[in-house]
Amino acid sequence: MYKYDEYDQQMVDARVDEFRDQVERRLAGKLTEDQFKPLRLMNGLYLQLHAYMLRVAIPYGTLSGAQMHILADIADKYDRGYGHFTTRQNIQYNWIKLEEAPDLMADLAKVEMHAIQTSGNCIRNISSDHFAGAAADELVDPRPYAELLRQWSSFHPEFMYLPRKFKIAVIASDTDRAAMRLHDIGIQIVEQNGELGAAFYVGGGMGRTPMIAPCIRDFVPLDQLVTYSEACLRVYNRHGRRDNKYKARIKILVHEMGAEEYTRQVEEEFAHLLDQGVEPPLAELERIRTFFEDPAFEDGPKTVDKSDPDFALWVERNTVRHKHDSYVSAVISLKPVGGIPGDATSAQMHLMADLATRFSFDECRVMHTQNIVLPHVKIVDLHALWTALNEAGLGEPNLDQVGDIIACPGLDYCSLANARSIPISQQISERFAANGKGDTLGELKLKISGCINACGHHHAGHIGILGVDKKGVENYQLLLGGSEAEDTSLAKITGPGFDEAGIVDAVETTADVYLREREDGERFLDTYRRIGMAPFKEALYG
Amino acid sequence: MKILTGNDLKTGDVVWWDGQGWSRHVEDAVDAGDDAETILAREEAARRVNVPYVIAAELADGVPRPAHIKDRVRALGPTVRPDLTLKPADPQAIDWVI
Repeated sequence: MYKYDEYDQQMVDARVDEFRDQVERRLAGKLTEDQFKPLRLMNGLYLQLHAYMLRVAIPYGTLSGAQMHILADIADKYDRGYGHFTTRQNIQYNWIKLEEAPDLMADLAKVEMHAIQTSGNCIRNISSDHFAGAAADELVDPRPYAELLRQWSSFHPEFMYLPRKFKIAVIASDTDRAAMRLHDIGIQIVEQNGELGAAFYVGGGMGRTPMIAPCIRDFVPLDQLVTYSEACLRVYNRHGRRDNKYKARIKILVHEMGAEEYTRQVEEEFAHLLDQGVEPPLAELERIRTFFEDPAFEDGPKTVDKSDPDFALWVERNTVRHKHDSYVSAVISLKPVGGIPGDATSAQMHLMADLATRFSFDECRVMHTQNIVLPHVKIVDLHALWTALNEAGLGEPNLDQVGDIIACPGLDYCSLANARSIPISQQISERFAANGKGDTLGELKLKISGCINACGHHHAGHIGILGVDKKGVENYQLLLGGSEAEDTSLAKITGPGFDEAGIVDAVETTADVYLREREDGERFLDTYRRIGMAPFKEALYG
Repeated sequence: MKILTGNDLKTGDVVWWDGQGWSRHVEDAVDAGDDAETILAREEAARRVNVPYVIAAELADGVPRPAHIKDRVRALGPTVRPDLTLKPADPQAIDWVI
């Protein structure tokens, strides 16, 4: 894992001191809320429905055991004993007191963490493949490149007041586990003629106008990675719309300008910047890379006794092939039947931290699907791990199943939401657990957002649900056919929306059509793509 | 009726104008009538409340019930965590929100 150097630590410590002063001035009446709001947002502190909410950055989703322990301690000390892992691989606390926020941030800084740039119109936390450094199919570990971009984008003076927020994802495999093409910039580390480089996809996103990012350049040499990123940002910063919040994201610029013209301007800016010495020396990338070297993997058994059917099911569903054949990556589900997706109690966080230390070289990852990964688990240790998880209610075998639902906080917590998301996810997971259909559906990615901002990624769900406000009453639109993976697609609305009970029935009806129509080996998404929307609409609306 | 709500500056707690000050309980909210904007300006300036605003409500069983579900969620707490609401011992409380 990356370790702060003296500059990183000084910057974070200085920001804590600065924010403490700002809070004191706000509480003393020397700053109005209008003056204070942009300052607190720069430090990830929102005012939500019930209280202040703090979003803590977890760069590319990677955490040490010590960091996870501190996140648990913060839940107890400053919040109400739990946290919520988000679709940007971050964690949010829902019950923060303004007067205590500076102390909380000081506690975070002690373990090289912060909440800087988790809000505002700046470059946000950079996300990546949650199996980075472990995946059998990756070209290289993408995290050194994500870390380089994190350092470049942190406090970048030119990009602190962009037209709108800006999200970057970095992957290094053909399998996309980070929704790369649904980001403002998606970067895939690729190889051409024996040389590593980066393919740039620019102008994707979800929200009210979902777009799939086009590839604007298929190979940028790695010693020009930052320079090319800077060129992409500069053109956006110059031409992105600031007059209309809803048209301010880069996806709108690329769409309206046209990908070809946007690319032309980026290339022009890139050529200019190459002479400016923007790029850090390759030695810095090499320095960063040393923090992400493989741990000391050991050869061991390649199989494990799976005579216990519950354990066997968990292994089958929740473990993923590792690049070392004596290991797997194990996914800890934060989606118990009827539970709140992404929520973990402080006790569960402490346990996951301990298990990361004991079984996974002291490392864990936050998935954008709101689960936790132990990236490097010896196959021989799997039963002990599963036993510990099961005892803590963390052993649900449902990775990528219908119960593994992404849900934003929705109207239960979020001031932007129009409808509640969490109760819908709870009812769906309970319905499919009770009727037994959940075990027959295979891979089915269901994603729920409580408003058009799409924090719950509903556009990318095989089945998506969007909560809307219909004359003061919650209403839910059903969408089908989305994917955030390498076969990226945007889901389409089936038709008129449903009430709370109706949307749960509608999801079951949709699943029934799939079960009736599927052919051998087809996932839900495959069947949908083969037969189209019509059979589903017929079943839903008659 | 018009009632006033906002958040406590220090704690972020949801609060309601009770005629004298700010209460955490919507049951205490009073009709601010034509004085709403004046009260808001005065109270925010004095930092007794943060980002206050006026909402429509109606009396239901003698208790002000905000017109919009968002403010009813604010008044009670998250419907998915009854233990964290202001009425953890009342299983029917969520019905008031919905």
